[in-house]
Amino acid sequence: MNLLITNGRVIDPSQDLDATLDLLIEDGTISRVDKRIKSTVEKIDAKGLVVAPGFIDLHTHLREPGQEHKETIATGTRAAVAGGYTAVCAMANTVPPNDERAVTEMVLAEAARNGWCRVYPVGAVSKGLKGEELAELADLHAAGCVAVSDDGKPVYNAQLMRRALEYCSMLNMPVIAHEEDANLNEGGVMHEGFFSTLLGMRGIPAASEETLVARDVILAKLTNAHVHIAHLSTAGAVDAVRRARQDGVKVTCEVTPHHIALGDDALQSFSTNLKMNPPLRGEAHRKAILEGIADGTIDAIATDHAPHHFDEKNVEFDLAPFGIIGLETAFAVCNEHLVRAKVIKLPRLIEMLSCGPARVFNLPGGTLRAGALGDVTLIDPDAKVEVPREFYSKAANSPFIGQTLRGRIVATIVAGEIKHGQ
Amino acid sequence: MRTASSALKSKDLLGIELLTPEEITLILDTAEGFKEVSERPVKKVPALRGQLIINLFMEASTRTRVSFEIAEKRLSADTLNFAASGSAVEKGETLIDTAENLVAMHPNMIVIRHKHPGSPRMLADRFENISIINAGDGAHEHPTQALLDAFTIRERLGRLQGVNVSIIGDIKYSRVVRSNIHLLTKMKANVTLAAPPTLMPAEIEQMGVRVVHSLDEAIEGADVIMMLRIQLERQGKLSFPSLREYYNTFGLTRERVRRAKAGVLVMHPGPMNRGVEIASDVADDPKVSVILDQVTNGVAVRMAVLYLLGGAHAGGSE
Repeated sequence: MNLLITNGRVIDPSQDLDATLDLLIEDGTISRVDKRIKSTVEKIDAKGLVVAPGFIDLHTHLREPGQEHKETIATGTRAAVAGGYTAVCAMANTVPPNDERAVTEMVLAEAARNGWCRVYPVGAVSKGLKGEELAELADLHAAGCVAVSDDGKPVYNAQLMRRALEYCSMLNMPVIAHEEDANLNEGGVMHEGFFSTLLGMRGIPAASEETLVARDVILAKLTNAHVHIAHLSTAGAVDAVRRARQDGVKVTCEVTPHHIALGDDALQSFSTNLKMNPPLRGEAHRKAILEGIADGTIDAIATDHAPHHFDEKNVEFDLAPFGIIGLETAFAVCNEHLVRAKVIKLPRLIEMLSCGPARVFNLPGGTLRAGALGDVTLIDPDAKVEVPREFYSKAANSPFIGQTLRGRIVATIVAGEIKHGQ
Repeated sequence: MRTASSALKSKDLLGIELLTPEEITLILDTAEGFKEVSERPVKKVPALRGQLIINLFMEASTRTRVSFEIAEKRLSADTLNFAASGSAVEKGETLIDTAENLVAMHPNMIVIRHKHPGSPRMLADRFENISIINAGDGAHEHPTQALLDAFTIRERLGRLQGVNVSIIGDIKYSRVVRSNIHLLTKMKANVTLAAPPTLMPAEIEQMGVRVVHSLDEAIEGADVIMMLRIQLERQGKLSFPSLREYYNTFGLTRERVRRAKAGVLVMHPGPMNRGVEIASDVADDPKVSVILDQVTNGVAVRMAVLYLLGGAHAGGSE
């Protein structure tokens, strides 16, 4: 597909570019970024808009196969393009889990048939996500998995984690670690701190995450393999990653928009749309995450988009499943709480949404260089958006409903084709 | 005429956290009048005649359920007791669906006891025209218990301000302690908590209380010793090594009470584990124990709460 995007503010952190330029996509590939490009192809006037590399989400639960009442590959990827994402990494904890080639192939086939953006499957670390024996990691990789994770739960067995890291280093594939020690959680439903005490709810201590982050950076060092820490949420975890990185350990990490924007004080409403894992933490943890974003410790923003059906969330807080949706609100939430709050500038946010994720999982995209995928997101960073009650996602479990935020996704272009907007 | 209900801001009683000191005083003062009603030969007033109150008890209860029911009957309300066991809850009906169906039968108030924190709030947000009264939600709040405790302290000591109250035991899993901390600190009493660190929830000092880990330290200078039940059903095996060791370190015995201030009051919200957190010769000693006074006062306090909230539904018949 061919498309010419003119007069936009082109921000491409992969090449330190921030200038008013035209961008030409030919045959689904970026062919030129330059001043006043002459072409007869379809044009978009991007005057006043930001032209960014298409966003890539490292952490999406598309729920298909098996939980199509929550989300499908079709609806999840529709939500993705509405949020400016041109690619999502689909987590393995489906039913059945993506622990063998047949499931990976099914996900890719359905994405090709009904998907709105690129889908990169994430395979399971262990068979059945049981944490007992390794899944066929090389076969998953060959089938198209870009990383492996037992996300939803940690790999408790340190030896299994060690072997997964070693084996995946041969495949040049990261292992994504969901860090949580359920023994320390004691059935917790929110962050352990003053507010869990006030509300009488069982707490998930920061130590539950931090003890496993500490273990896994040590194992990454031992194996010289790449571990990627998912949805990091505590000050101690940020610190552990920062120090390990200084030691040369191959560790990368992501944070979610909701851990950037919200704290555990919000739970006084008892809203089940504030229940997720890891939980919203206290203010000191949130500040540490913002510092990690500002100093470059955090590589990527990932949504942990976790759709649940209305009925599943319309119950007592203790009984509701963990997780909230995030694809459609990620940019505006982060723009509001990072850029407009003056934690970072817009190019750094775009980096964490596009180039950063591409680099971390070694994915195509995340850049506007000539020859790269024609995946582009057009943004109006100053436009107001009111978060609606209904979404392109099948689910509506968002804590941001009703909020007015700034930062509208004007168009999402995948391989030169407009998938959302204009 | 200014109706009594206009003095409580909310249509609901979800927790002490949301009440002002003036509202607490109003409830306690109103309860004094109702205590007198319970001592008459004919223990009934027509205040809530024609009103339907549903007692929705999703968790076991003796004192609170019976006390609410007696309070409702003495106010001439129609009452209905709903227990989870034997209901469609056992078939998997959700709390919201259960409540929706009960509400379709037009009650004026619902008194709810539930093991999950926030359940009363969930109903209160949903049903705009019905008063929801929290009769205990998980480890969150148990407001009428704190009110009857305060009533009992005030009745015995004449005041709440400046009174030293030590609360001892299973702080972590207790809704009684949270409601009591809110109430006592709002009324300017001094609160000390004592428990092993394993039963002390995170950052509770921020609620304006002193925390110690010794029973003797807690009872020194205390005007009131409030013992909490060790919630055997909620404990894992990790909070303390054995009941024997708990009794030896935190059990309230006669020897320990002797070391307390003269005139000290011993309270317990019940049900008691005799020989675990409290010795029988303390619990049953009328010179120090006001445990059964608490139960008596519970009816008067609940009558006051129902009366003050029920006025909103009375349609000027008072």
